Amino acid sequence: MLKFLLTRVSLVIPTFIGVTLLSFALIRLVPGDPIELLAGERGIDPARHAALRAELGLDRPLLEQYWIYIQKVLHGDLGVSIVTKTPVLQEFLTLFPATVELSLFAILLALLVGLPIGILAAVKRGSWFDYSTMGLSLVGYSMPIFWWALLLILFFSVQLGWTPVSGRISVLYWVEPVTGFMLIDSLLSDEAGAFRSALSHLILPSIALGTIPLAVIARMTRSSMLEVLSEDYIRTARAKGLAPWRVIVVHALRNALIPVITVVGLQVGVLFAGAILTETIFAWPGVGKWLIESVQRRDYPVLQGGVLLVASVVMAVNLIVDLLYGLVNPRIRR
Amino acid sequence: MIEPDAELEAEGLISAPPPHPLVEIWNAFRESRGAFAGLVIILLIALAALFADTVAPHPPAEQYRDAFLLPPAWVEGGSTRFLLGTDDIGRDILSRIIHGARVSLSTGAMVVVLALMAGILLGLIAAFARGLVDIFIMRLMDIMLALPSLLMAIVIVAILGPSLINAALAVIIVQLPHFVRLTRAAALTELGKDYVTASRVAGAGPLRLMWLTVLPNCMAPLIVQATLGFSSAILDLAALGFLGMGAQPPTPEWGTMLSSALQFIQRAWWVVTFPGLAILIVVLAFNLMGDGLRDALDPRLKR
Repeated sequence: MLKFLLTRVSLVIPTFIGVTLLSFALIRLVPGDPIELLAGERGIDPARHAALRAELGLDRPLLEQYWIYIQKVLHGDLGVSIVTKTPVLQEFLTLFPATVELSLFAILLALLVGLPIGILAAVKRGSWFDYSTMGLSLVGYSMPIFWWALLLILFFSVQLGWTPVSGRISVLYWVEPVTGFMLIDSLLSDEAGAFRSALSHLILPSIALGTIPLAVIARMTRSSMLEVLSEDYIRTARAKGLAPWRVIVVHALRNALIPVITVVGLQVGVLFAGAILTETIFAWPGVGKWLIESVQRRDYPVLQGGVLLVASVVMAVNLIVDLLYGLVNPRIRR
Repeated sequence: MIEPDAELEAEGLISAPPPHPLVEIWNAFRESRGAFAGLVIILLIALAALFADTVAPHPPAEQYRDAFLLPPAWVEGGSTRFLLGTDDIGRDILSRIIHGARVSLSTGAMVVVLALMAGILLGLIAAFARGLVDIFIMRLMDIMLALPSLLMAIVIVAILGPSLINAALAVIIVQLPHFVRLTRAAALTELGKDYVTASRVAGAGPLRLMWLTVLPNCMAPLIVQATLGFSSAILDLAALGFLGMGAQPPTPEWGTMLSSALQFIQRAWWVVTFPGLAILIVVLAFNLMGDGLRDALDPRLKR
């Protein structure tokens, strides 16, 4: 097990170095002079230009610049936003919980709806339920989620007026950020109704973001269930006279879930790509919206730092899923 | 004179020659209703895109000053002159969607073809060279996969600047690793088989081995991936257009149309609904086709 752990971790290191190279190169690949980019439209006088050049170390050889960059990164210094003048890491840490909260809800929704649908479709293979849910899940899988989010707003917020259009909580409430998770913070605050407001803000974005994972999970559960249900040990269990539900839930589901867990783990990257769009549409103050705004404002330090942080999170989650998978399924630990 | 081969074949001693790849693909389409439906939808849309100038009732950029935000024909206040209504500056939405099909399908095709070609080349090189070259190529692909696809595309567009061509380039780079991995894996499997050894013993050079011996047998998974890649290319291009990082207005691109319609969402549902529906239908058609082809072509799933 230790050897398995070490090999998996060591495989991540070159990828991480590569990502730092990418993020290092980012600001230098943008056409034009980086300092003039940082100075913005007002321009900059030559003396200050030279001073900044030396300060940022841009006058040194590239390799040395990279070395300095790596040292800074490992000390948690990811530069300062041009627009807000706040350190990039600090901004990321304030916004990250919002993205995590949204993503967790989305994946929870996907699991709660997707798993039962997949199981039922496999058990009732060939029925109208199977056909219609699998047809729908193909539609969900093909959904342009930025459009889907707009339709949800159009129907539930504009037509029915059930849910708010954007943000994390109504402006009527002011909630002290303790954990950064609005649902928990609103419960901790004394304001009555704050929790309800936070929850109602969370529903539509979670549906929008959870749709593709839901479709993937439903399809994956169905096919993996079908495979397991045709195994000999299931026939044995049935022949023993066990109750049908017991065979399905206890015997089959356990093994059928293994590939589903991997798929859920792999959805992290997909989820983040979706979060960029969902957060932009629902004005959800998370990392995805922050990155899009950094591109629009040409705030390159934020984009540079944000890319590195997001890639690190995705890599870390994939590594954890990989390790957990090895724990659950001893066959792949060589 | 008797045909010994036919006789042996009948007795099942030697198998019939495998069908031509194109025949195999056609059979795959006939086997799967979904794939066939997807193909028909795509062909219809492709025809509409090709003859957009004749099919579309109005020119895509023509602004009718007497018809701002007109609802679709079947809604109160709509007119049959503009079947799906008009946008905020009086352009016919149906015509813009038809012309948008031209933009989406041609850019999507360009993305998939270039990503596929570059992917095959790199994948074959990795599989044949092994050693350091292989490690270098595959690590590079891992790095590219470490970033969520849309974020990677956004980074590339942020560097190059927003335009349809740059967005297409970004999507090519995003899709490349999948094709490289798939080609390499398939080529490695084929390289271990006897027919490749036989060909090598017979004196085939590396180029011949690569392109004529090994590659044709790697095509099945690549065709499936290319079909599915088409749908994700169209989705990503539309998403980039929606974020203002792809095609720029007034290009009738579906994602771009959606983003400029955003401010009218409360007043005019049709400017938001139809371009998105067009994206969904095309993506769905490609996914149907890809799924059907995978079931039929991928031997690992053949049961």
